[in-house]
Amino acid sequence: MSFIFTVSPDFTPDHLSGWYIFNTWLQRQTDVSIHLEMYNNFNDQREAIRDDKVSLIYANPFDAAMLVREKGFLPLVKPAGASDEAIIAVNANNPIEDVAQLAPGIRLAFTDDPDVKMMGMIMLEPGDLDANNVQGISCDTYVLVAKHLLRGEADAGIFLAEAFDGLSDMIKKQLRILVRSQISVIHHSLMIGPKLLERRDGFQKCLIEMNNDSKGQGVLESLGFKAWEKVDDEEMLFMIDLMDTLSI
Amino acid sequence: MINDMQPEHIIGDYKEVTLDLYGGMRRKILYTEIETSYPDGKLIVSTTNPDGVITHVNQSFVEMSGYTKDELIGSPHSILRHPDMPPAAFKDLWDTVKTGEKWQGFVKNLRKDGGYYWVKATVIPNIRKGVVVGYTSVRRKPSRTKVEECIQLYPTMF
Repeated sequence: MSFIFTVSPDFTPDHLSGWYIFNTWLQRQTDVSIHLEMYNNFNDQREAIRDDKVSLIYANPFDAAMLVREKGFLPLVKPAGASDEAIIAVNANNPIEDVAQLAPGIRLAFTDDPDVKMMGMIMLEPGDLDANNVQGISCDTYVLVAKHLLRGEADAGIFLAEAFDGLSDMIKKQLRILVRSQISVIHHSLMIGPKLLERRDGFQKCLIEMNNDSKGQGVLESLGFKAWEKVDDEEMLFMIDLMDTLSI
Repeated sequence: MINDMQPEHIIGDYKEVTLDLYGGMRRKILYTEIETSYPDGKLIVSTTNPDGVITHVNQSFVEMSGYTKDELIGSPHSILRHPDMPPAAFKDLWDTVKTGEKWQGFVKNLRKDGGYYWVKATVIPNIRKGVVVGYTSVRRKPSRTKVEECIQLYPTMF
């Protein structure tokens, strides 16, 4: 029997092969047959979760509550020292210097990355902006968010900070950051489902020790991570509570 | 346990008032008209036990309140209570979260130095295995328009 592993669809495209390498590494370490299934979007992935097809997931924090409360998933690990942060940026020629100066009716570009969009919308609240008084421009990638800003087709854009920082210098020079979140406690997590729960301790142990050998280090590098760090149940529940406060 | 505010901690001219706090406590408050603006992009996060005693704070809480982490942990959350906040707002907060629901509102918080800062606060009960083990409060930067509305409204609620 093969268990399904899936990755939050907002993963950095450069790391796609890294997740396949990681899956191979994980199967060798745990002796568990795991199939990596990459879904094109959050809706397809959530449908698979609802149908109980998924047993292991690198999950967006937005989905953590549903995974824990409705599907019995528990946390394993998170990338060490990493957290999800959002940026609100404008075209560098835009005279606006503060989010509070953005007017209702602005054209706002974003992706469907749910936690980043939520953090971005929170950072727009001081300007009295919300989903009801902005013109949303939904984009498939953060590069497209940047393109809308550069072409003057959007007035502001919401970026995952890591994705913004990864844009080319030429693009970044033509953009300006209005605000960058410093929340620190919202992060993606690798989580394990009910069908694999009896293997949780074993999975957690080999993941935490992954950076101790050169092969493991190489796999981590292909994911853009330095190491995995344990996430205990209370830390996950705390993050879920936090996400609950932010979603209203 | 909560201590009266001390003049040596206050920055600027201040007024004095004694407040009745949740749980039957009283506190001498020294407060000024100096506002600290909420920093962009940050969240102030704290957790209390079911009685409202602080058990966890993040660094933004420490920076905005002016207290040290050691001063905050073990203190009642009403250490932030500003005399301009109507008691009805906090009654509504407790009545709401004790039914297991989320509460959200705009709050003027008191700093250790007597100054204040406005927040948009959300409080939710932390439910573990069906039991409320505490409350998490997350504060974010408020809309200035909403703050101006509260500045007009709150004095009418006493």
